[in-house]
Amino acid sequence: MVNAVAPTEAHIWQLLEEVSDPEVPVLSILDLGIVRGVTIAGEQITVTITPTYSGCPAMNVIATEIRLRLLAEGYPNVVIHNQLSPAWTTDWMSQAGREKLEAYGIAPPVDGTATGHVLNLFGKDTAVRCPVCKSTHTHLVSQFGSTACKAHYQCDDCLEPFDYFKCHN
Amino acid sequence: MLPQNHFSAADAAPATAPLFPFVLQLADTSLILAHRLSEWCGHGPVLEQDLAMANIALDLLGEARSYYQYAAELEGQGRTEDDLAYLRSAVEYRNPLLVEQPNHDFAHTILRQFLFDNFHYHLLKALLTCPDAQLAAIAEKSVKEASYHLKWSSEWVIRLGDGTPESRQRLDKAIATLWRFGEELTTPTAMEKALQEVGVLPDYAALKPAMQAHTEYVFAEATLPLPTQVFAQQGGKNGRHTEHLGYLLSELQYMQRTYPGLTW
Repeated sequence: MVNAVAPTEAHIWQLLEEVSDPEVPVLSILDLGIVRGVTIAGEQITVTITPTYSGCPAMNVIATEIRLRLLAEGYPNVVIHNQLSPAWTTDWMSQAGREKLEAYGIAPPVDGTATGHVLNLFGKDTAVRCPVCKSTHTHLVSQFGSTACKAHYQCDDCLEPFDYFKCHN
Repeated sequence: MLPQNHFSAADAAPATAPLFPFVLQLADTSLILAHRLSEWCGHGPVLEQDLAMANIALDLLGEARSYYQYAAELEGQGRTEDDLAYLRSAVEYRNPLLVEQPNHDFAHTILRQFLFDNFHYHLLKALLTCPDAQLAAIAEKSVKEASYHLKWSSEWVIRLGDGTPESRQRLDKAIATLWRFGEELTTPTAMEKALQEVGVLPDYAALKPAMQAHTEYVFAEATLPLPTQVFAQQGGKNGRHTEHLGYLLSELQYMQRTYPGLTW
Protein backbone atom coordinates (compact mmCIF):
# COMPACT_ATOMS: atom_id res chain seq x y z
CA MET A 1 0.00 0.00 0.00
CA VAL A 2 1.36 3.38 -0.93
CA ASN A 3 -0.13 6.44 0.66
CA ALA A 4 -1.67 8.70 -1.96
CA VAL A 5 -1.05 11.72 0.23
CA ALA A 6 2.45 13.16 0.21
CA PRO A 7 4.03 12.88 3.68
CA THR A 8 4.40 16.01 5.77
CA GLU A 9 7.01 16.41 8.47
CA ALA A 10 4.36 17.10 11.09
CA HIS A 11 2.59 13.85 10.26
CA ILE A 12 5.82 11.86 10.45
CA TRP A 13 6.63 13.33 13.86
CA GLN A 14 3.15 12.35 14.99
CA LEU A 15 3.75 8.77 13.88
CA LEU A 16 7.15 8.66 15.61
CA GLU A 17 5.41 9.61 18.87
CA GLU A 18 3.71 6.20 18.62
CA VAL A 19 7.02 4.28 18.47
CA SER A 20 8.12 3.22 21.94
CA ASP A 21 11.45 2.26 23.45
CA PRO A 22 11.42 -1.55 23.56
CA GLU A 23 13.25 -1.63 26.90
CA VAL A 24 11.19 1.11 28.55
CA PRO A 25 7.84 0.73 26.77
CA VAL A 26 6.20 3.68 28.55
CA LEU A 27 8.57 6.05 26.75
CA SER A 28 8.14 7.05 23.13
CA ILE A 29 11.32 7.58 21.16
CA LEU A 30 10.46 11.31 21.21
CA ASP A 31 10.27 11.27 25.03
CA LEU A 32 13.67 9.63 25.01
CA GLY A 33 15.06 12.36 22.76
CA ILE A 34 16.77 10.12 20.25
CA VAL A 35 15.08 11.46 17.10
CA ARG A 36 17.27 14.25 15.77
CA GLY A 37 15.40 15.11 12.59
CA VAL A 38 12.98 14.22 9.85
CA THR A 39 13.52 15.23 6.23
CA ILE A 40 11.36 14.50 3.26
CA ALA A 41 12.60 14.47 -0.32
CA GLY A 42 9.88 13.40 -2.74
CA GLU A 43 8.70 10.03 -1.47
CA GLN A 44 11.82 9.34 0.58
CA ILE A 45 11.63 9.97 4.30
CA THR A 46 14.87 10.21 6.25
CA VAL A 47 14.69 9.84 10.01
CA THR A 48 17.89 10.71 11.87
CA ILE A 49 18.33 9.00 15.21
CA THR A 50 21.16 9.03 17.71
CA PRO A 51 22.11 6.07 19.93
CA THR A 52 21.84 6.47 23.70
CA TYR A 53 24.80 4.18 24.45
CA SER A 54 27.22 2.75 21.84
CA GLY A 55 26.19 -0.83 22.40
CA CYS A 56 22.50 -0.27 23.08
CA PRO A 57 20.83 -3.39 21.61
CA ALA A 58 17.51 -1.52 21.39
CA MET A 59 18.73 0.69 18.54
CA ASN A 60 18.21 -1.96 15.84
CA VAL A 61 14.76 -2.74 17.19
CA ILE A 62 13.88 0.96 17.26
CA ALA A 63 15.00 1.37 13.62
CA THR A 64 12.80 -1.59 12.64
CA GLU A 65 9.84 -0.23 14.62
CA ILE A 66 10.13 3.13 12.87
CA ARG A 67 10.12 1.42 9.46
CA LEU A 68 7.12 -0.72 10.37
CA ARG A 69 5.13 2.23 11.73
CA LEU A 70 5.76 4.32 8.61
CA LEU A 71 5.14 1.35 6.32
CA ALA A 72 1.78 0.75 7.99
CA GLU A 73 0.90 4.33 7.11
CA GLY A 74 1.86 3.74 3.48
CA TYR A 75 5.39 5.12 3.49
CA PRO A 76 7.72 2.32 2.29
CA ASN A 77 10.62 4.54 1.30
CA VAL A 78 12.34 5.20 4.63
CA VAL A 79 16.00 5.78 5.34
CA ILE A 80 17.19 5.59 8.95
CA HIS A 81 20.30 7.65 9.48
CA ASN A 82 22.43 7.02 12.57
CA GLN A 83 24.08 10.16 13.85
CA LEU A 84 26.79 9.96 16.52
CA SER A 85 27.57 13.63 16.99
CA PRO A 86 26.40 15.60 18.90
CA ALA A 87 26.24 12.70 21.32
CA TRP A 88 22.93 11.92 23.01
CA THR A 89 22.34 13.40 26.44
CA THR A 90 19.57 12.92 29.00
CA ASP A 91 18.96 16.68 28.67
CA TRP A 92 17.04 15.74 25.52
CA MET A 93 14.56 13.65 27.44
CA SER A 94 11.16 15.38 27.62
CA GLN A 95 9.48 16.44 30.86
CA ALA A 96 6.53 14.19 30.01
CA GLY A 97 9.01 11.35 29.55
CA ARG A 98 10.51 11.93 32.97
CA GLU A 99 7.10 11.81 34.62
CA LYS A 100 6.17 8.63 32.75
CA LEU A 101 9.43 7.03 33.83
CA GLU A 102 8.83 7.71 37.52
CA ALA A 103 5.24 6.46 37.30
CA TYR A 104 6.61 3.29 35.71
CA GLY A 105 8.98 2.69 38.65
CA ILE A 106 12.22 4.02 37.15
CA ALA A 107 13.75 7.11 38.75
CA PRO A 108 14.27 9.77 36.04
CA PRO A 109 17.72 11.36 35.50
CA VAL A 110 18.66 14.08 37.97
CA ASP A 111 20.00 16.86 35.73
CA GLY A 112 23.50 18.14 36.20
CA THR A 113 24.71 15.06 38.04
CA ALA A 114 26.52 13.37 35.16
CA THR A 115 30.02 12.40 36.16
CA GLY A 116 30.93 13.24 32.57
CA HIS A 117 34.62 13.78 32.18
CA VAL A 118 35.24 14.22 35.90
CA LEU A 119 36.61 11.19 37.67
CA ASN A 120 35.03 11.58 41.05
CA LEU A 121 36.21 8.35 42.68
CA PHE A 122 34.04 7.16 45.56
CA GLY A 123 32.24 10.48 45.18
CA LYS A 124 28.97 11.23 46.91
CA ASP A 125 26.06 9.40 45.29
CA THR A 126 23.46 11.46 43.47
CA ALA A 127 20.37 12.02 45.64
CA VAL A 128 17.79 10.03 43.69
CA ARG A 129 14.14 9.97 44.67
CA CYS A 130 12.61 6.53 45.22
CA PRO A 131 9.88 6.10 42.57
CA VAL A 132 7.76 4.12 45.05
CA CYS A 133 7.73 6.05 48.36
CA LYS A 134 9.35 9.30 47.04
CA SER A 135 12.01 9.29 49.75
CA THR A 136 15.41 10.69 48.76
CA HIS A 137 17.00 8.50 51.41
CA THR A 138 18.42 6.06 48.84
CA HIS A 139 21.82 4.65 47.94
CA LEU A 140 23.64 3.54 44.81
CA VAL A 141 24.08 -0.24 44.62
CA SER A 142 25.85 -0.30 41.27
CA GLN A 143 26.64 2.21 38.54
CA PHE A 144 25.70 -0.53 36.04
CA GLY A 145 22.10 -1.71 36.07
CA SER A 146 19.72 -3.84 34.04
CA THR A 147 20.44 -1.92 30.83
CA ALA A 148 23.33 0.31 29.73
CA CYS A 149 21.35 3.48 30.48
CA LYS A 150 20.45 2.62 34.07
CA ALA A 151 22.11 2.37 37.47
CA HIS A 152 20.90 0.20 40.31
CA TYR A 153 19.66 1.93 43.50
CA GLN A 154 17.92 0.92 46.70
CA CYS A 155 15.60 2.93 48.91
CA ASP A 156 16.71 3.06 52.55
CA ASP A 157 13.18 3.83 53.79
CA CYS A 158 10.86 1.43 51.93
CA LEU A 159 13.81 -0.85 50.96
CA GLU A 160 12.60 -1.09 47.37
CA PRO A 161 15.41 -1.84 44.88
CA PHE A 162 14.89 0.29 41.77
CA ASP A 163 16.43 1.36 38.48
CA TYR A 164 17.72 4.89 38.01
CA PHE A 165 17.97 6.31 34.51
CA LYS A 166 21.50 7.74 34.68
CA CYS A 167 22.13 11.39 33.94
CA HIS A 168 24.33 11.31 30.85
CA ASN A 169 25.81 14.42 29.29
CA MET B 1 35.36 21.37 30.32
CA LEU B 2 36.80 21.54 26.81
CA PRO B 3 39.27 18.85 25.87
CA GLN B 4 42.84 19.91 25.69
CA ASN B 5 43.96 20.13 22.10
CA HIS B 6 46.78 17.69 21.52
CA PHE B 7 47.10 18.38 17.83
CA SER B 8 49.75 20.48 16.18
CA ALA B 9 49.24 23.44 13.90
CA ALA B 10 49.45 21.02 10.98
CA ASP B 11 45.88 19.91 11.77
CA ALA B 12 44.46 21.18 8.54
CA ALA B 13 47.05 19.37 6.41
CA PRO B 14 45.48 16.58 4.36
CA ALA B 15 46.26 13.14 5.72
CA THR B 16 48.73 11.28 3.55
CA ALA B 17 48.89 8.25 5.82
CA PRO B 18 46.02 5.77 5.46
CA LEU B 19 43.55 5.81 8.33
CA PHE B 20 42.15 2.32 7.67
CA PRO B 21 44.74 0.29 9.64
CA PHE B 22 44.44 2.57 12.64
CA VAL B 23 40.65 2.42 12.76
CA LEU B 24 40.93 -1.35 12.44
CA GLN B 25 43.37 -1.42 15.37
CA LEU B 26 40.89 0.52 17.53
CA ALA B 27 38.12 -1.85 16.45
CA ASP B 28 40.12 -4.99 17.21
CA THR B 29 41.16 -3.62 20.60
CA SER B 30 37.59 -2.88 21.71
CA LEU B 31 36.23 -6.14 20.31
CA ILE B 32 38.80 -8.39 21.96
CA LEU B 33 38.44 -6.74 25.36
CA ALA B 34 34.63 -6.86 25.02
CA HIS B 35 34.89 -10.58 24.35
CA ARG B 36 37.14 -11.15 27.36
CA LEU B 37 34.77 -9.26 29.65
CA SER B 38 31.75 -11.10 28.27
CA GLU B 39 33.41 -14.37 29.30
CA TRP B 40 32.65 -13.28 32.88
CA CYS B 41 28.91 -13.18 32.24
CA GLY B 42 27.31 -15.52 34.77
CA HIS B 43 30.61 -16.01 36.65
CA GLY B 44 31.09 -12.65 38.38
CA PRO B 45 31.92 -12.52 42.10
CA VAL B 46 28.57 -10.86 42.87
CA LEU B 47 25.60 -10.08 40.64
CA GLU B 48 26.25 -6.33 40.47
CA GLN B 49 29.83 -6.81 39.27
CA ASP B 50 28.76 -9.50 36.84
CA LEU B 51 26.35 -6.92 35.38
CA ALA B 52 29.02 -4.23 35.42
CA MET B 53 31.40 -6.33 33.33
CA ALA B 54 28.64 -7.27 30.88
CA ASN B 55 27.68 -3.59 30.61
CA ILE B 56 31.25 -2.53 29.92
CA ALA B 57 31.58 -5.34 27.37
CA LEU B 58 28.47 -4.06 25.62
CA ASP B 59 29.79 -0.49 25.49
CA LEU B 60 33.06 -1.72 24.00
CA LEU B 61 31.26 -3.93 21.50
CA GLY B 62 29.15 -0.98 20.36
CA GLU B 63 32.28 1.12 20.01
CA ALA B 64 33.99 -1.69 18.06
CA ARG B 65 31.04 -1.84 15.65
CA SER B 66 31.29 1.89 14.95
CA TYR B 67 34.99 1.48 14.16
CA TYR B 68 34.51 -1.65 12.01
CA GLN B 69 31.75 0.02 10.00
CA TYR B 70 33.97 3.04 9.44
CA ALA B 71 36.97 0.82 8.61
CA ALA B 72 34.92 -1.09 6.03
CA GLU B 73 33.88 2.21 4.47
CA LEU B 74 37.47 3.51 4.42
CA GLU B 75 38.77 0.31 2.85
CA GLY B 76 36.11 0.40 0.15
CA GLN B 77 36.73 -3.18 -0.94
CA GLY B 78 33.23 -4.43 -0.23
CA ARG B 79 34.13 -6.05 3.09
CA THR B 80 31.56 -5.51 5.85
CA GLU B 81 31.96 -5.03 9.60
CA ASP B 82 31.22 -8.74 10.03
CA ASP B 83 33.89 -9.77 7.50
CA LEU B 84 36.45 -7.70 9.39
CA ALA B 85 35.53 -9.13 12.78
CA TYR B 86 34.87 -12.75 11.84
CA LEU B 87 37.08 -13.56 8.88
CA ARG B 88 40.53 -12.31 9.82
CA SER B 89 43.10 -14.57 11.45
CA ALA B 90 45.09 -13.86 14.61
CA VAL B 91 48.13 -12.50 12.72
CA GLU B 92 45.86 -9.97 11.02
CA TYR B 93 44.47 -8.69 14.32
CA ARG B 94 46.05 -5.45 15.52
CA ASN B 95 44.98 -5.21 19.17
CA PRO B 96 47.68 -4.62 21.80
CA LEU B 97 48.65 -7.73 23.80
CA LEU B 98 47.09 -6.46 27.04
CA VAL B 99 43.46 -6.88 25.97
CA GLU B 100 43.82 -10.50 24.82
CA GLN B 101 45.26 -11.66 28.17
CA PRO B 102 43.01 -14.21 29.89
CA ASN B 103 40.71 -13.19 32.74
CA HIS B 104 42.20 -15.34 35.53
CA ASP B 105 40.74 -14.02 38.81
CA PHE B 106 38.74 -10.84 39.42
CA ALA B 107 41.82 -8.86 40.53
CA HIS B 108 43.59 -9.79 37.29
CA THR B 109 40.60 -8.69 35.22
CA ILE B 110 40.36 -5.43 37.19
CA LEU B 111 44.00 -4.54 36.68
CA ARG B 112 43.82 -5.31 32.95
CA GLN B 113 40.76 -3.07 32.77
CA PHE B 114 42.41 -0.29 34.75
CA LEU B 115 45.49 -0.24 32.49
CA PHE B 116 43.28 -0.16 29.41
CA ASP B 117 40.70 2.34 30.70
CA ASN B 118 43.36 4.80 31.79
CA PHE B 119 44.71 4.86 28.23
CA HIS B 120 41.36 4.54 26.43
CA TYR B 121 39.73 7.42 28.31
CA HIS B 122 42.63 9.79 27.70
CA LEU B 123 42.97 8.75 24.05
CA LEU B 124 39.25 9.34 23.40
CA LYS B 125 39.43 12.74 25.08
CA ALA B 126 42.28 13.68 22.74
CA LEU B 127 40.41 12.29 19.71
CA LEU B 128 37.50 14.68 20.40
CA THR B 129 39.48 17.29 18.47
CA CYS B 130 40.68 14.86 15.79
CA PRO B 131 40.50 16.45 12.32
CA ASP B 132 38.82 13.30 11.04
CA ALA B 133 35.13 14.03 11.72
CA GLN B 134 34.00 10.41 11.99
CA LEU B 135 36.72 9.44 14.50
CA ALA B 136 35.89 12.56 16.52
CA ALA B 137 32.18 11.63 16.51
CA ILE B 138 32.86 8.07 17.69
CA ALA B 139 35.13 9.46 20.42
CA GLU B 140 32.44 11.92 21.51
CA LYS B 141 30.00 9.04 21.90
CA SER B 142 32.45 6.69 23.61
CA VAL B 143 34.32 8.99 25.98
CA LYS B 144 31.30 9.29 28.28
CA GLU B 145 31.13 5.53 28.59
CA ALA B 146 34.91 5.23 29.01
CA SER B 147 34.73 7.64 31.96
CA TYR B 148 32.29 5.25 33.74
CA HIS B 149 34.65 2.38 33.00
CA LEU B 150 37.72 4.14 34.38
CA LYS B 151 35.85 5.20 37.50
CA TRP B 152 34.73 1.60 38.07
CA SER B 153 38.13 -0.03 37.52
CA SER B 154 39.93 2.67 39.55
CA GLU B 155 37.60 2.19 42.52
CA TRP B 156 38.14 -1.55 42.36
CA VAL B 157 41.94 -1.22 42.24
CA ILE B 158 41.62 0.84 45.44
CA ARG B 159 39.21 -1.62 47.10
CA LEU B 160 41.36 -4.64 46.31
CA GLY B 161 44.70 -3.00 47.02
CA ASP B 162 43.55 -1.52 50.33
CA GLY B 163 41.28 -4.47 51.12
CA THR B 164 42.06 -7.79 52.76
CA PRO B 165 45.45 -9.59 52.67
CA GLU B 166 43.86 -11.99 50.18
CA SER B 167 42.63 -9.27 47.78
CA ARG B 168 45.95 -7.48 48.12
CA GLN B 169 48.08 -10.50 47.24
CA ARG B 170 45.86 -11.23 44.24
CA LEU B 171 46.23 -7.68 42.98
CA ASP B 172 50.00 -7.80 43.58
CA LYS B 173 50.14 -10.94 41.47
CA ALA B 174 48.09 -9.28 38.71
CA ILE B 175 50.49 -6.32 38.70
CA ALA B 176 53.48 -8.67 38.45
CA THR B 177 51.86 -10.42 35.47
CA LEU B 178 50.24 -7.58 33.56
CA TRP B 179 52.33 -4.46 34.09
CA ARG B 180 54.64 -5.39 31.22
CA PHE B 181 51.75 -5.06 28.74
CA GLY B 182 50.85 -1.46 29.62
CA GLU B 183 53.64 0.25 27.72
CA GLU B 184 52.52 -1.02 24.31
CA LEU B 185 49.39 1.12 24.50
CA THR B 186 51.35 4.38 24.36
CA THR B 187 54.21 3.19 22.16
CA PRO B 188 53.33 4.20 18.61
CA THR B 189 53.90 1.77 15.76
CA ALA B 190 55.30 3.03 12.44
CA MET B 191 51.70 3.35 11.21
CA GLU B 192 50.66 5.39 14.25
CA LYS B 193 53.77 7.59 13.98
CA ALA B 194 52.91 8.38 10.36
CA LEU B 195 49.41 9.46 11.43
CA GLN B 196 50.83 11.50 14.32
CA GLU B 197 53.15 13.30 11.92
CA VAL B 198 50.27 14.46 9.73
CA GLY B 199 48.30 15.56 12.81
CA VAL B 200 45.51 12.97 12.60
CA LEU B 201 46.53 11.23 15.82
CA PRO B 202 47.58 12.86 19.07
CA ASP B 203 51.14 12.43 20.22
CA TYR B 204 50.88 9.67 22.83
CA ALA B 205 53.63 11.29 24.89
CA ALA B 206 51.20 14.15 25.50
CA LEU B 207 48.69 11.73 27.03
CA LYS B 208 51.18 10.26 29.46
CA PRO B 209 51.29 12.96 32.17
CA ALA B 210 47.53 12.72 32.80
CA MET B 211 47.65 8.91 32.71
CA GLN B 212 50.59 8.88 35.09
CA ALA B 213 48.93 11.34 37.48
CA HIS B 214 45.80 9.18 37.60
CA THR B 215 47.82 6.01 38.22
CA GLU B 216 49.78 7.69 41.02
CA TYR B 217 46.57 8.91 42.66
CA VAL B 218 44.84 5.53 42.48
CA PHE B 219 47.87 3.56 43.63
CA ALA B 220 48.43 5.91 46.56
CA GLU B 221 44.79 5.45 47.63
CA ALA B 222 45.18 1.70 47.19
CA THR B 223 48.35 1.77 49.35
CA LEU B 224 50.19 0.14 46.45
CA PRO B 225 53.78 1.04 45.59
CA LEU B 226 54.18 2.24 42.00
CA PRO B 227 55.59 -0.61 39.94
CA THR B 228 59.16 -0.06 38.84
CA GLN B 229 59.15 -2.78 36.21
CA VAL B 230 60.67 -1.49 32.98
CA PHE B 231 60.42 -4.51 30.70
CA ALA B 232 57.71 -3.98 28.12
CA GLN B 233 56.14 -6.82 26.18
CA GLN B 234 54.96 -5.63 22.77
CA GLY B 235 53.93 -6.91 19.36
CA GLY B 236 50.14 -7.16 19.20
CA LYS B 237 49.76 -3.90 17.29
CA ASN B 238 52.05 -5.41 14.64
CA GLY B 239 50.23 -8.74 14.55
CA ARG B 240 52.61 -10.68 16.84
CA HIS B 241 50.27 -12.04 19.47
CA THR B 242 50.43 -14.21 22.56
CA GLU B 243 49.04 -17.73 22.20
CA HIS B 244 45.80 -16.65 23.89
CA LEU B 245 44.39 -14.75 20.91
CA GLY B 246 44.06 -17.82 18.68
CA TYR B 247 41.91 -19.60 21.26
CA LEU B 248 39.78 -16.51 21.76
CA LEU B 249 39.21 -16.09 18.02
CA SER B 250 38.40 -19.75 17.50
CA GLU B 251 35.48 -19.29 19.86
CA LEU B 252 34.50 -15.82 18.63
CA GLN B 253 34.62 -16.80 14.94
CA TYR B 254 33.44 -20.41 15.14
CA MET B 255 29.95 -19.93 13.69
CA GLN B 256 31.01 -17.81 10.71
CA ARG B 257 33.97 -20.07 9.93
CA THR B 258 31.88 -23.23 10.15
CA TYR B 259 28.76 -21.92 8.40
CA PRO B 260 30.04 -19.15 6.09
CA GLY B 261 27.52 -16.37 5.59
CA LEU B 262 25.28 -17.58 8.41
CA THR B 263 22.71 -15.00 9.52
CA TRP B 264 19.86 -15.03 12.02
